[in-house]
Amino acid sequence: MTRKQQRFTFIIVGLALLGLATGLILTAMEDGISFFKTPTEILTQKIDSQKRLRIGGLVMDNSVKHQGSLLKFDITDNRSELKVEYEGVVPDLFKEGQGVVLEGYLSQDKIFLADSLLAKHDENYMPKEVADSLKAQGHWQDDDIKAKAQKVSE
Amino acid sequence: MLAEFGQFTLILSFAIALFQMVIGLLPLMQHADKHNMLSSITNRAAVLQAILLALSFAILLLLFASSDFSLKIIVEHSHSQKPLFYKIAATWGNHEGSILLFSLIISVLGACLSLFGGKLDIKFLSTTLAIQAMLAVAILGFIIFTSNPFERLNIVPIEGNNLNPLLQDWALAVHPPLLYLGYVGLSIPFSFAIAALLTEKVDEEWAKWVRPWTLFAWACLTGGIALGSYWAYYELGWGGFWFWDPVENASLMPWLAATALLHSAIVMEKRGALGSWTILLAIVAFGLSLLGTFLVRSGILTSVHAFAVDPERGIVILAILFYFMAGAFSLYAFKSGHIKQRGVFAPISREGALLLNNLILSVMLVTVFVGTLYPLFIDAIGASKLSVGAPFFNQTFIPLAVPLLILLPIGNMLPWKKADFLVAMKKLIWVFLLAFATMLMFLYLTGHRDILAWAAVLLGVWLVFGAVWEILYSARFGQIEWHLALRRLFNLRRAKFAVMLAHMGVGVLVLGLAAMSAWRVQNIQEMTVGDKMTIAGFELEFDNVQNQTASNYNEIVGNFTLSKDGVNLGNLATAKRRYLKRSSPTTEVGLYNHYFGQVYIAFGVLGENNKVQLRAYYNPLVLLIWLGPLLMMLGGFLSLTDRRGRKVNRAALKQEALHV
Repeated sequence: MTRKQQRFTFIIVGLALLGLATGLILTAMEDGISFFKTPTEILTQKIDSQKRLRIGGLVMDNSVKHQGSLLKFDITDNRSELKVEYEGVVPDLFKEGQGVVLEGYLSQDKIFLADSLLAKHDENYMPKEVADSLKAQGHWQDDDIKAKAQKVSE
Repeated sequence: MLAEFGQFTLILSFAIALFQMVIGLLPLMQHADKHNMLSSITNRAAVLQAILLALSFAILLLLFASSDFSLKIIVEHSHSQKPLFYKIAATWGNHEGSILLFSLIISVLGACLSLFGGKLDIKFLSTTLAIQAMLAVAILGFIIFTSNPFERLNIVPIEGNNLNPLLQDWALAVHPPLLYLGYVGLSIPFSFAIAALLTEKVDEEWAKWVRPWTLFAWACLTGGIALGSYWAYYELGWGGFWFWDPVENASLMPWLAATALLHSAIVMEKRGALGSWTILLAIVAFGLSLLGTFLVRSGILTSVHAFAVDPERGIVILAILFYFMAGAFSLYAFKSGHIKQRGVFAPISREGALLLNNLILSVMLVTVFVGTLYPLFIDAIGASKLSVGAPFFNQTFIPLAVPLLILLPIGNMLPWKKADFLVAMKKLIWVFLLAFATMLMFLYLTGHRDILAWAAVLLGVWLVFGAVWEILYSARFGQIEWHLALRRLFNLRRAKFAVMLAHMGVGVLVLGLAAMSAWRVQNIQEMTVGDKMTIAGFELEFDNVQNQTASNYNEIVGNFTLSKDGVNLGNLATAKRRYLKRSSPTTEVGLYNHYFGQVYIAFGVLGENNKVQLRAYYNPLVLLIWLGPLLMMLGGFLSLTDRRGRKVNRAALKQEALHV
């Protein structure tokens, strides 16, 4: 086997593997990805109920209810409110007034059925996407939100 | 006063690093007769610089230990009522301190190289130390100009804000230093690679030097990742061990690159082939370490793990990353043509197998890279906001990992240069049959009927037995009389056992993953005192609720009695903790080890009327998920103790070439 043949073999194998990976990536993109939406976008846009969504917002005051292992609450982006139902592990940092990121699907009657609930490790946490969307809508008041978080925690 | 002294040694260390960088690069341009003098200056500078930085870090540790609240970061991250261990751990539980630790490791590794690298070519060593110093200059400059850990407050408060409660845990106190040793450990192979390109010295000798450093970094990284995963498992209270979270991926990427580097360096050392590929991997591995540091520190990706985040200072890390990678890749493009290619080999050979290992690992790396950075890319071009979740990674990573793992024991049996696939398979037929029988026994004992899980168990057992068989085969069991083989076994090089441990670790990990994804049992129930719950044949009885107070937290503890088939197995407790000065509660889970499995209980929501929600899991073979990486790490360290393997042995190499 000459050096040229050797190199040729490996380039072919390498390309084949890369092709395989590209194929895998493209198919996995179909259902491994969720698009980020705000509550306002959810309520104003036409949303495919088959599509996995990722939603960020603040948990509304006095909206959290426990029904057995089911958790019900509303989230807001300070413009629209969205009803959420979630069943599963509730992070310790989940509470009213706090920013959360949810993943799941939208039901026909516009209730968001979440299967993942993310609140972060830090009490002054605002998920980046939530902060960005609040900023984009001109609702961003840093001190206001911090004060709110403080009040809730006291 | 102490803080100012720490600041002073920090700046002095920066200045010496600058000096070391300049002097270290001079031999590249100077005549050979000055090399000795210049090199000894560089060596001393490297040691002095590390000592000064260590002093600075020690002072910061001391200030944290004594809770000096005149320092900004101590106020923000510590508390006087906290146990000493966590006061010390708080030193690296924040941005400034952790970056200081990062640069300290760069310098200490540089100093180690200057102390133990005496046998290296003088010009090469001094260039390597110069590159190491360049890294130190960049990071120290970053600290001094944007993240001063010794910043004082004008008004000194009497108490601090406390460390994030989730970080007050032994695993997470040890995890960052170990992970950093891994990340930063890869800086030495990087510096070696750059120096090799600059001095145009890329050969077997080079690979021999790169290997132990890569091995060290890889072992630390393996341990660090496993520890982080274990921490997430019991501290976050939801029992998951890997979330494909950006921060986890950030540590997995350099690990994959380091694993590939480890294997390609073997080919280079033994056969002189794959030189330019190995250099490229060394550059990429450290680049990914820097990328990981950037992703974690900048908080640019939404992650459950991100602590001590600061987007603006993150940009500086990005600039440092860009500078070093752009420089390294340009240099590579310019110089890699000079690297001599040697060691022709057939596709079916040990070299071929190791190259295939490298190709697959690289492609796996690409899929993780794409999945992790794609949301950033889409966001940057303003198309939309999206996130890539676990299903993506499971669908891309696993199909690539499986063939790699199936082929691993076979590749190990192939001789160098040219091999016969069928002959290697024949040597393994008994291993396969034994693995198959073990799987059937496993099925019979557990009664599970899940075809994918069967296959995964078979793969795990195949890897474990394959690893054991490889070493028995090396000792020629089955070919010569057993007592002679036994003697040979004891005389085998330690590196052989290291390989066995590491590959066995992979199999053990696969077994744990298979069991956890197929046979995990979960039960969530609302309970009051006196209620009972059953899970996977275990019975939990809710005994009582207690309020307890410790020095820096209050907790509500739920006590449960665990029993199986009427036999009392003891008390299991879970708690909700509230730390002083921190409003957020944390959950403490209760764990009971049952062979390699665990019963795992955690408080969910504490409701009204004395009702609590209890989440209980039975996690079969879950401990194997961390035992596997532990074996890999031990393998890495064991291999480092094998000095015989690292002595240059050209004569043997030639002889081997003649015999084949």
